[in-house]
Amino acid sequence: MKPILQIKKGGFSYIDGTYVFQNIDFSLNRGEVLCILGPNGTGKSTLIKCLTKILSLDEGQILLDGVDFSTLTNEEIARKIGYVPQSHYSAFPYSVQDLIVMGRAPHLGLFSVPASADFELAYKAMETVGISHLADRPCTELSGGEQRLVLIARVLTQQPDILLLDEPTSHLDIGNQVRLLRLVNNLSKTGLSIIMSSHFPDHAFISSQKVVLMKEGKLVGLGSPDDTVTEENLRSVYGINVKIKSIADEINRKICIPVI
Amino acid sequence: MKNQSNQENKTRFYKKTIIENSVNVFLLLLPFIILMFSMFVGRYSISPDIILKIFLSKIIYIQPTWDPTMESVIFDVRLPRAIAAMIVGAGLSVSGASFQGLFKNPLVSPQILGVSAGAGFGAAIALLLWEKVYIVQLCAFLGGIFAVTFTYRISKIYKTTPLLMLVLSGMVTAALFSALTSLIKYVADPWNKLPAIVFWLMGSFNAVSRRDLVFLGPLIIAGLIVLFLIRWRINVLSLGDEEARSMGINTEQLKFIIILSATVITASCVCISGIIGWVGLIIPHVGRILVGPDHKKLIPASLLLGASYLLFVDDVARSVVSTEIPIGILTAIIGAPFFAYLIRKSKSGWNY
Repeated sequence: MKPILQIKKGGFSYIDGTYVFQNIDFSLNRGEVLCILGPNGTGKSTLIKCLTKILSLDEGQILLDGVDFSTLTNEEIARKIGYVPQSHYSAFPYSVQDLIVMGRAPHLGLFSVPASADFELAYKAMETVGISHLADRPCTELSGGEQRLVLIARVLTQQPDILLLDEPTSHLDIGNQVRLLRLVNNLSKTGLSIIMSSHFPDHAFISSQKVVLMKEGKLVGLGSPDDTVTEENLRSVYGINVKIKSIADEINRKICIPVI
Repeated sequence: MKNQSNQENKTRFYKKTIIENSVNVFLLLLPFIILMFSMFVGRYSISPDIILKIFLSKIIYIQPTWDPTMESVIFDVRLPRAIAAMIVGAGLSVSGASFQGLFKNPLVSPQILGVSAGAGFGAAIALLLWEKVYIVQLCAFLGGIFAVTFTYRISKIYKTTPLLMLVLSGMVTAALFSALTSLIKYVADPWNKLPAIVFWLMGSFNAVSRRDLVFLGPLIIAGLIVLFLIRWRINVLSLGDEEARSMGINTEQLKFIIILSATVITASCVCISGIIGWVGLIIPHVGRILVGPDHKKLIPASLLLGASYLLFVDDVARSVVSTEIPIGILTAIIGAPFFAYLIRKSKSGWNY
């Protein structure tokens, strides 16, 4: 099967020449969930920004459906790839529905305003995510969990094939974390391909089929969660001892337990 | 269950549209009401029924029962001046609203990139050397455009123009051109030239002629049309460069379009009326109170409110005391306390 998104020998550096990441190679297949793991400051967020052309690679190339990123405009990419930032700040208190309908931007012309069909898509996305009751609330008065869901509804309104989620569970309580991972699983069942970064190796077991392990801007592991998220790898990447146990019972998956 | 919630949504929707529609009707009528009112404000008193007849006589034949001077007062003096005030008010307010969206900051005014400082300098130098009205206007316009080009060039770093760089370069440019203007004031002849420069910079619609409207009106209206057309994209841009780009916006192109349109508008406004502050800052706030922060509605609302407000202030400027008060002073005297009231009222930041 041809991968939907592929990065080859990708590298990004600041103007002074220091690398954020280098030699990154992996691909994402249709309907797959890929989890990027790695310590703080290892270039996960920068990599995700490159994958939606907010930033451009300095080395290597990214292929979207086999087409080189550098030949595509931001608009063309945004129709296929949706991005959910780690945090969101709006200076103006747009209503939730107005914020969500902004996801239609790549499908509308420079002089267009969203029509009722666009609002229909926004309402549908709100329903999928379960936030229809927030439609008229100002987006500046949402809790962290609500805000994250609003951003996901916005990205669904964009109708992309691929979702990029930058630490979708950061700053969320345990209930919202689990609800969000459940949503990720449901979305992937509808055929969306998803790349997300995380600080919890457990998330790889819960949601993903493929794991990218990064350390100091380099790729140090790539493969299925079972093969990649191992006690050995986690020790070398995070510098701590972690036990990985299989839990049978109702849970039926592996969990990671740090050894203090 | 689902039907019921649909029904609820519908009633809520209709209630909302009734309020929205009445606000819209109010906004649409306001400029015309104030325009009618403006026609009989002034020292030469003309009664309302005669004004109405004079206007109607342009459409249908009415036996003139009035002094021809009255017709001249209306069509050569009051109407051009009123239209100028409306166009300038609309121009400054829409530029202000667009810049506030572009800079993600409701405290931004159209002057932030130094257009007024540049235009003021251009006008001052022309007043010092030539004094001819059209040369003064041309120099003011070019000065404004030059200042913003200067700002834009300094802030351009490696294919992008970060907002912080734009703001800082704007401060640099404004400081530079203000200093140069002061220098010109310092060397100007204090009996003749200096007062001319000072009065020009204070802003007034006193000298507006039909010719100004013919040349500068279309420029302002063209800028207004562009900003009106791209108004919804300003929403997306106001979320920040990264989010906007991830939603397919060509941020550099959009920033350039907004800066170009707002600069042409503001420079043309300064040519017509001199420097008028506070309108571009405050009117978008009033607009947000009435129609909310969505630029799809805010841009047209700012247009109508700005036109009404500046026309009203100009009526005050030319009628309250026997000599005319420079309008730039009045907009600040009215605007500053009103702004203080607004920020006190919106305790939780900018959520009205």
